Amino acid sequence: MSRSSRIAALERAARERILVLDGSWGVMIQKRGLTEADFRGERFAAHPGQLKGNNDILCLTRPDIIADLHGQYFAAGADISETNTFSSTVIAQDDYHLDAAAVRDINLEGARIARRVADEWTVRQPSKPRFVAGSVGPLNKMLSMSSDVNDPGARLVSFDEVYAAYRDQILALNEGGVDLYLIETITDTLNCKAALKAILDLEDEGLEHLPVWISGTITDRSGRTLSGQTAEAFWNSVRHSRPFAVGFNCALGADLMRPHIAEMSRVADTLVAAYPNAGLPNAFGEYDEAPHQTAHELEDWARQGLLNIVGGCCGTTPDHIRHVAEAVAGLAPRRPPQRPRALRLSGLEPFELA
Amino acid sequence: MTDLPTEIAQSSSVSTGRFVNIGERTNVTGSAAFRKLITEGRYAEAVEVARQQVENGAQIIDVNMDEGLLDSKLAMRTFLRLIAAEPDIARTPIMIDSSKWEVIEEGLKNVQGKAIVNSISMKEGEAVFLQQAKLARSYGAAVVVMAFDEHGQADTAQRKFEISKRAYDLLTQSLGFPAEDIIFDPNIFAVATGIDEHNSYAVDFFEGVRLIKKHLPGVHTSGGLSNVSFSFRGNEPVRRAMHSVFLYHGVRAGLDMAIVNAGQLDIYDQIDPELRERVEDVILNRRSDATERLLEIAERYRGQKGAEQKKDLGWRTGDVESRLAYALINGVTEFIIEDTEEARLASDRPLHVIEGPLMAGMNTVGDLFGAGKMFLPQVVKSARVMKAAVAHLLPFMEEEKLRTGLAGTSNGRIVLATVKGDVHDIGKNIVGVVLQCNGYEVVDLGVMVPAERILEAAVEVNADMIGLSGLITPSLDEMVYFAGEMQRRSLSIPLLIGGATTSPAHTAIKIEPAYSSGPVVHVLDASRAVGVVSALVNPETRSSYWEDTRKRYARMREARSGGQAKPRLPLGRARAAAHSPDWTSYVAPRPAFLGAREIRDVSLGHLLDYIDWTPYFASWELAGRFPDILDDDVVGSSARALWADTQTMLRTLVAERWLSPRGVIGFWPANSDGDDIVVWTDETRQEERARFHTLRQQMEKENGRGQFALSDFIAPVGRGADYIGGFAVTTGHGEAERSAEFVARHDDYSSIMLKALADRFAEAFAEAMHERVRRVEWGYAPDERMTPQQLIAEAYRGIRPAPGYPCQPDHTEKATLFDLLEAPRHTGLELTTSFAMTPSASVSGLYLAHPEAAYFAVGRIDRDQVEDYARRKGWSLSDAERWLAPILNY
Repeated sequence: MSRSSRIAALERAARERILVLDGSWGVMIQKRGLTEADFRGERFAAHPGQLKGNNDILCLTRPDIIADLHGQYFAAGADISETNTFSSTVIAQDDYHLDAAAVRDINLEGARIARRVADEWTVRQPSKPRFVAGSVGPLNKMLSMSSDVNDPGARLVSFDEVYAAYRDQILALNEGGVDLYLIETITDTLNCKAALKAILDLEDEGLEHLPVWISGTITDRSGRTLSGQTAEAFWNSVRHSRPFAVGFNCALGADLMRPHIAEMSRVADTLVAAYPNAGLPNAFGEYDEAPHQTAHELEDWARQGLLNIVGGCCGTTPDHIRHVAEAVAGLAPRRPPQRPRALRLSGLEPFELA
Repeated sequence: MTDLPTEIAQSSSVSTGRFVNIGERTNVTGSAAFRKLITEGRYAEAVEVARQQVENGAQIIDVNMDEGLLDSKLAMRTFLRLIAAEPDIARTPIMIDSSKWEVIEEGLKNVQGKAIVNSISMKEGEAVFLQQAKLARSYGAAVVVMAFDEHGQADTAQRKFEISKRAYDLLTQSLGFPAEDIIFDPNIFAVATGIDEHNSYAVDFFEGVRLIKKHLPGVHTSGGLSNVSFSFRGNEPVRRAMHSVFLYHGVRAGLDMAIVNAGQLDIYDQIDPELRERVEDVILNRRSDATERLLEIAERYRGQKGAEQKKDLGWRTGDVESRLAYALINGVTEFIIEDTEEARLASDRPLHVIEGPLMAGMNTVGDLFGAGKMFLPQVVKSARVMKAAVAHLLPFMEEEKLRTGLAGTSNGRIVLATVKGDVHDIGKNIVGVVLQCNGYEVVDLGVMVPAERILEAAVEVNADMIGLSGLITPSLDEMVYFAGEMQRRSLSIPLLIGGATTSPAHTAIKIEPAYSSGPVVHVLDASRAVGVVSALVNPETRSSYWEDTRKRYARMREARSGGQAKPRLPLGRARAAAHSPDWTSYVAPRPAFLGAREIRDVSLGHLLDYIDWTPYFASWELAGRFPDILDDDVVGSSARALWADTQTMLRTLVAERWLSPRGVIGFWPANSDGDDIVVWTDETRQEERARFHTLRQQMEKENGRGQFALSDFIAPVGRGADYIGGFAVTTGHGEAERSAEFVARHDDYSSIMLKALADRFAEAFAEAMHERVRRVEWGYAPDERMTPQQLIAEAYRGIRPAPGYPCQPDHTEKATLFDLLEAPRHTGLELTTSFAMTPSASVSGLYLAHPEAAYFAVGRIDRDQVEDYARRKGWSLSDAERWLAPILNY
């Protein structure tokens, strides 16, 4: 199947049913009890500094594990699995002193591994084609937030640097064969806008168009992103990219995320996606919401017509995804609203002028 | 038909009110005040301008940095980043306004929300226009499109529409640009310029808007409102009326938004009907003589203020004397010049205004102050009014002197100075102000003034007396020296002594004996100054007052010589009774680093929480514990007024960073060696880098807690690793310059307030730093969580004793500390010859971490310790006796 026909199939599937994304990667990798040597492999045997904890590098050093995890999630019923490239930008990988070539290879290989596994499952179950979302994660450096409590104007990176880092990642993911981009766990909308601009510019320069899924993070009960925006302001800030889907993930469990997804469902004239954590972490930083609990909550949202795509973030496992997939199977997907034409701007809050 | 104000009032930031205010004040091309702030780099104040716009109802903020002398890109980036940190500003969308695309693009790289680009146009052709539109879109912004093409700006309604239509088709068809993200600006031009072609500009604008809204679905319209009234620059009331009328008709034509001064939109219905009618004639081009008719009446409105501020101005109805008295007693400067001028015109001589109504008012102030019905802050405010009035009269008096040779009179002339080696001057300044209020002429020589200069000045100006001030103990010695010099030069004028370290006893015992040819009087505080000075100036009372004082001081000397020399323990026994913690079980915490480290990341805002306000009120001679003092029966209202003024200054002070906190801290391996503390070069503890000398209590104590010296809290040599820390912090940089500005504007009230605040910030800095040291830098109490009250009560582990204070009264130890810290290099602090720190709003000291370390007072010491100390310091006995003079028990 060519990529354009896969994208057409993705769009068709989204009209017909609620799609299921995979679950957490961190927890699943952690369970393997990998050592520093696993992370280094041969290629980075002599690399300075610790690499353990840099999960993305496993795309290069333990591709077997990454392929296995994609397989586990597809087996659990996921339609879409994410590449293991959440932190694969030169800025985020600077913590591990990885250079641009290594970062590019992670994205490329991460996409290729996921592609190969997805295609195997599509061959096995042609009625349920599997898709690969290129994971584009947040940065540890933000464009809207000060890096110095005493200087509100201080920033550790510039827009141009963030733009360049995302641009490289997008190119490599595209080349590696992803079906769509998933800009996720967005804490700072301006960082996200730099990624969106990279995509828009690349496509303007001739790169094949792929759908974009934008997933913000409401960090706490304030109901705002870390950079201070409300759900609707966030939507107004990113809508110009005409995304395939928009929604939220991470930080909150399903119960606390619900009002923000409901709000997004009201304002976004595109698909709405949610993949919450397995509840809030307990005193040990572990997530203990059981698979059926997560599934029950998300099923309820689906029945309310809030959702087009569901999945899991931190703490969720293939078992969670299996329960979620079963719970939403057969339920009608949300129908995006037609909104009256208006000038919609935003600061931290939305602005609308009909 | 609804009128405009209702529509404005109903629109909110989140929605679809029909008309949108775009704040125009954050535009360097439109606001001279904002341009000044930006060009001078005063961004904190510039941010406040944005805040005011939002508070006044701006739903979008227009930001423009197009100024030739500015790096506009940098200014745009800096300002947008700063307002991004202010949630009450950042909640609104931004309009990025520039004629330079690169500046706009820089703006787009610094806003997370969906912004508006203002503006793009076809003036350089379609290609550039489409390229910029596409870029704006890729950043996720809406665009303002000016009615401007290759042939110029559109002035007629038809051309405004044609250009807009062409732009619309290009954007929506070639780029798929969403129509709702297009805002057309059909150019608001000035009317009533005297040029006939301009008369229909407003009408053309309205018609252009109408056509655009009718034929170009989805789009919005906007304009820069202040252009329309450009020909009435300087006449705000008329401009505002023109703006209101223009908007009233613009909104009816379909205008969606405009760049306006959000705080200054008059209500259409409330405009004076005559003015409104003539403005409307101009805006709607209803008659050929509309401009002349508006000009005819425009002058009448100039200078009128808006309907704002309605204070109780009942007191303005009285005669000029009562108005002056009211202004003086209530500290109101607002009308003082016009009232003084009125009084001057009614007087034969300008001096009579001072001697008459002004002095009468000040006498009332003085009486109320003396009766405890007014307090120092109010008196200083009254002085500010007085000074403004006198400053107004001064040129007239000079002119009169030239003309007639008549001179003014004063009650007396006093030379004031803070002595050599000392930098503290709040008290001296207050005394100066109070004396001036009472008709004395004050010659203030400032701080760190050598004796010779004071004496020369006193002779030169023919002073009636000299007042000396000092805060640190070495200044006492300098005062004694000064008194001797007065004697040597055969002066006989009175010498007044004041300042925190001075006392009647020291004056009686040490200073007075050095100067017998004139009166020496200790003045406890500013409120006593006038009484003392007037008694000494008046020939009738002078000798009796001098006689009384001399008798009083003689008695004090006798009492002292008779009852003094309290029993002291011999130094050997005191040492044997030293406090000795159990060193065997003690493991000294190791600091996070060794050596000195500059502290750069402390802001005034952060320090606010650490301020202990009680001493602040004390510096204004308002006694009582904060915040209870605000409700005090006696001084409460005065304290509240001071508090309100203080808050006002604090806001600006913090926002504009008047003061620059600078500090340095350090930690070193250390062990005690008897009463000394040895500072080692490194952890091997072999090589001595420096040595602190401490003094031991010799008073007989009955509490069994031992005879303290600071060295007791450091592990002795050979008893394991221990450490000592040190710090020097200042918030004095910037204070002197700004205080001087206030004084130059006759505003001693603000000057004194700033000095007192700088002192408080320095103490707060020391407190905040100590907390950070305990929790992080030394880190022995990482989990400590103290409320500000607990901090003030020092309910924590470890102490930070300062040389020159009771734990170690020897100021010279500061030199060792400053060397170790390299304090001058890191903080810009210097030590004077008397070891005072300059600038004076500074604190330095040691850090001791032992859990049993406590503050104590060394108290008086005996000759045996002084001799021992001299030996340890390498001093002669007389050096030691000079530096330790205040604590000698003999």
